Amino acid sequence: MTHDTKNDLLTVEGLKAYYQMSYFGVNREVRAVDDITMTIKRNEVYGIAGESSSGKTSFIKVLAAAMRPPLRIVDGSVKYQFKDRKVDIAKASEKEIEAIRWSHLSYIMQGSMSVLNPVRRIGKTFHDFAAKPLGLSGKAFEDRVIAHLARLKLPPEVLRAYPHELSGGMRQRVTIGLATVCHPEFIIADEPTTALDVVVQKEVLNLIRDIQKEMGASVIFVTHDMSVHANVADRVGIIYAGRLVEEGPTREMFFAPKHPYTAHLVASLPRIGDTTQRPALEGRPPNLSDPPAGCRFHPRCPLAVDKCKKDVPPMETVGPEHRTACWRWRDVEPLVKAAAPHGVMA
Amino acid sequence: MFSVFRDLIRYNLEFAVGMVLVTFVVVFAALSFVSPVDPTLIYMAVPDQPPSAQYWFGTNSRGQDLFWQLSAAFRNSLIFGITVAVLSRIISIAVGLASGYIGGWVDRVLMFINDIFVAVPIFPILVLFYFVLRNNMDSFTLALIMACFGWPFDARLIRSVAVGLKHREFTRHAVFSGMSTRKVLLEEHLPYVMPIVFATFMNNMLWSIGLEVTLAVLGFTNLNNPTIGTVLYWANSHSAMVVGVWWWIFIPVVLIVMTFLGLFLLAVSMNEYIDPRSRLRRMGA
Amino acid sequence: MQGYLWFVSKRLLQLLAVIFCGISATFLVTHLSPIDPVEQVLGRLSGRSNLPPAAIEATRVALTEMYGTNEPILQQYINFWLRLVRGDLGPSLLAFPTPAMELVGRAMPWTLGLLVTSTLITFVVGNLLGALAGYNPDNKFFKAFGLISMGIQPIPYYVVAFILLIIFGYFLPILPINGGFAMDVRPGFTWPFISSVLQHSILPATSLVLVGFGGWFLGMRALVSNVVNDDYVTYAELAGVKRDTIVGGYVIRNAMVPQLTALAMALGGVFSGTIITEQVFNYPGIGSLLVDAVNWGDYSLVLAVSTVSITAVAGAIFIVDLLHPLLDPRVRAE
Repeated sequence: MTHDTKNDLLTVEGLKAYYQMSYFGVNREVRAVDDITMTIKRNEVYGIAGESSSGKTSFIKVLAAAMRPPLRIVDGSVKYQFKDRKVDIAKASEKEIEAIRWSHLSYIMQGSMSVLNPVRRIGKTFHDFAAKPLGLSGKAFEDRVIAHLARLKLPPEVLRAYPHELSGGMRQRVTIGLATVCHPEFIIADEPTTALDVVVQKEVLNLIRDIQKEMGASVIFVTHDMSVHANVADRVGIIYAGRLVEEGPTREMFFAPKHPYTAHLVASLPRIGDTTQRPALEGRPPNLSDPPAGCRFHPRCPLAVDKCKKDVPPMETVGPEHRTACWRWRDVEPLVKAAAPHGVMA
Repeated sequence: MFSVFRDLIRYNLEFAVGMVLVTFVVVFAALSFVSPVDPTLIYMAVPDQPPSAQYWFGTNSRGQDLFWQLSAAFRNSLIFGITVAVLSRIISIAVGLASGYIGGWVDRVLMFINDIFVAVPIFPILVLFYFVLRNNMDSFTLALIMACFGWPFDARLIRSVAVGLKHREFTRHAVFSGMSTRKVLLEEHLPYVMPIVFATFMNNMLWSIGLEVTLAVLGFTNLNNPTIGTVLYWANSHSAMVVGVWWWIFIPVVLIVMTFLGLFLLAVSMNEYIDPRSRLRRMGA
Repeated sequence: MQGYLWFVSKRLLQLLAVIFCGISATFLVTHLSPIDPVEQVLGRLSGRSNLPPAAIEATRVALTEMYGTNEPILQQYINFWLRLVRGDLGPSLLAFPTPAMELVGRAMPWTLGLLVTSTLITFVVGNLLGALAGYNPDNKFFKAFGLISMGIQPIPYYVVAFILLIIFGYFLPILPINGGFAMDVRPGFTWPFISSVLQHSILPATSLVLVGFGGWFLGMRALVSNVVNDDYVTYAELAGVKRDTIVGGYVIRNAMVPQLTALAMALGGVFSGTIITEQVFNYPGIGSLLVDAVNWGDYSLVLAVSTVSITAVAGAIFIVDLLHPLLDPRVRAE
């Protein structure tokens, strides 16, 4: 790798994480994350896109050290380089991981509805989550939380309320506040805007971006909605069937993708005034317990040839910070033009 | 259907054990149909004989062959339990579905009645019934009374399921297409409720047989009709332990524990198998 | 606070209505008898000739008023309620001429004491252990514990009490199996009396605890297994919240709510179980009283026990229901 590693916050190498289950005498292994290698820098918003059951949620769980049996890391490493320490999730002890939870690494979960304990006041929940990492208590802690909530435009009264007494938008802001109050260096946001209406979506995205800029944190933003990536992400990585298929700066990914799957994702975005009918990708995402040989996209790929069915394409660098895993990446550009003749973005 | 049973027996220890116990008891009870002696007659055999080749379970102080006595007793008790369970299932399904689906004042009235039955402790009432009816209370009347007390808990469960179903799409479709309430309840909602019914069926059997045993031991039922409880009653009144006729107490108690344990294990394992969440949990282990 | 008062008064009305209907039903049951209770009772009374005629007359008056067939049933019903409110259901037979209600009053504290202590122990300990078992599903100790409680739970109260009686009566006679306190101890606030009471309550209480424990343990374990997968618990875990806080404030607090409802529903059965167990150990509560009353054909006493039982259980359910909003803030909003 020729890039400067001093600025790297997260290095994932050859990560493999599978669900291994045994039920009524039947063994099943679902290869949710199958050999992913990538890096995330400091102060960057990295978007991860992919369909449902592409393995992106499992990937995120591993990054957040939130795996539970039957999900297990089978191979590879997940190395964090925080300002004051280094931790490899795959090898670290429970104690080491506990030390970085919430203070260095936090998580914004999908669905503000159910992430807050319904029988506990918000203030108490904040105390549960953040008092130890911040090392504060009593009035000092409360003041800190109130100041942080003010940044999210939430009044101090919120601390005394129960979750069901707040509106959906307020709950979402509380969740973001909860994840950022300790000023972590790395935030994982798992579909934070899904199931929100567009107005609230915009508010939430702005909030996350502002907080990120203010704190200089890195955010890994997982969503299947490409328009959100276009809005917030600095770089985007596409995951398909447990593998990273393309990764690059957002603008490049949208204007000049080098993987047929990315091309289709990007071309699916509607534009005002454009009424051409877009062809849908045929087929369905593969079954991860029995994935196809070679490139996993080949059953649905319009560019597939024999080589694709047998050999797994490696990640190749095709531009500055732009990598792709496709045997025929040079032939993707005409495909993009064909799929979106009026241009990818207005 | 059979593959389910096969899977359960092979991989679920609780189910296998429960099945073995229950089968044993049921076979034992079924033997009473070919009993060579009439279990209601007394002093037909030599009393107080320990178990031997001639009298497999020995005889009791009333001169009855304990083996055939117990076989008839278990048959009667099991049939009693099944009767109560079936009757109370019918009531609880009817009340639960109607109450949950129709709502409004029907729901309020039914739940109010439900509350009354929950608040009234069953034992004093059963005793009161016995007191008042004395020898006119036969097995079936008792079963009827118990069924009237066995439905409240399950009716509430079924009602909460029914309330959830009321707002589902397929219910609205059925109503729009002109299905009568009765048809909707019977054909659309009943299948959802059946798992609860099966699980609670066995619990209900346990409860009713247990209560019947308790009443009989205290002498509050028709004592000439052999049931598990009456066997214990007679054993008690003849001071079996003190006199040394230990098999009169020991063997029935062992069989009782087997029956209850077996039924319970079956109920628990089937419950767990049907519940999809516990299935997912098992997959992770 | 105002919402809570409204809640309380609503439930109170419900309680009174339930008691009213329950006791009325009892009254109806007594009229199912094909035989005239008055003559039956009096027949037994006159068999014991050493009773003053005035007392026999008082009984006849009381019984005729309430159950006598010479008055219209509505009048009998009203008389029944009038007497009940006065607390006078007539004299009892087995302790003539002591009024039936007084006997019940004397026996009630014993039953309540046994009931409250054993229920508290079973509920609290059963739920706590069940929660821990649900949170640590692979712990061998809890697994074994679960199996044992599963084994005992389906056995009826009487059989368990009976087995305990046999074990401690014949094989290991180290605990008293009879009565509420030793025969040679005088009742009063003295240590010998209290220790005697405690000693005598061990076996009945143990019997109740053994039977009741399994239900709470298994139920809580199942509830906790589900709550543990709820979003807010997984979120708290991956945020590194202290384990104790999660188990106490997140898991148990949420799983407890349906258990409280279950407690209210189970009280009727627990009450029945208590009085059944009393009979086995000859404990001086209303259970033994009831059985004796039936065997003596004591109408008033049986009725007194029934009405008091209904009131007691309904009252207990009411109290448990009042705890509900305190535990679940979502209910307070209603």
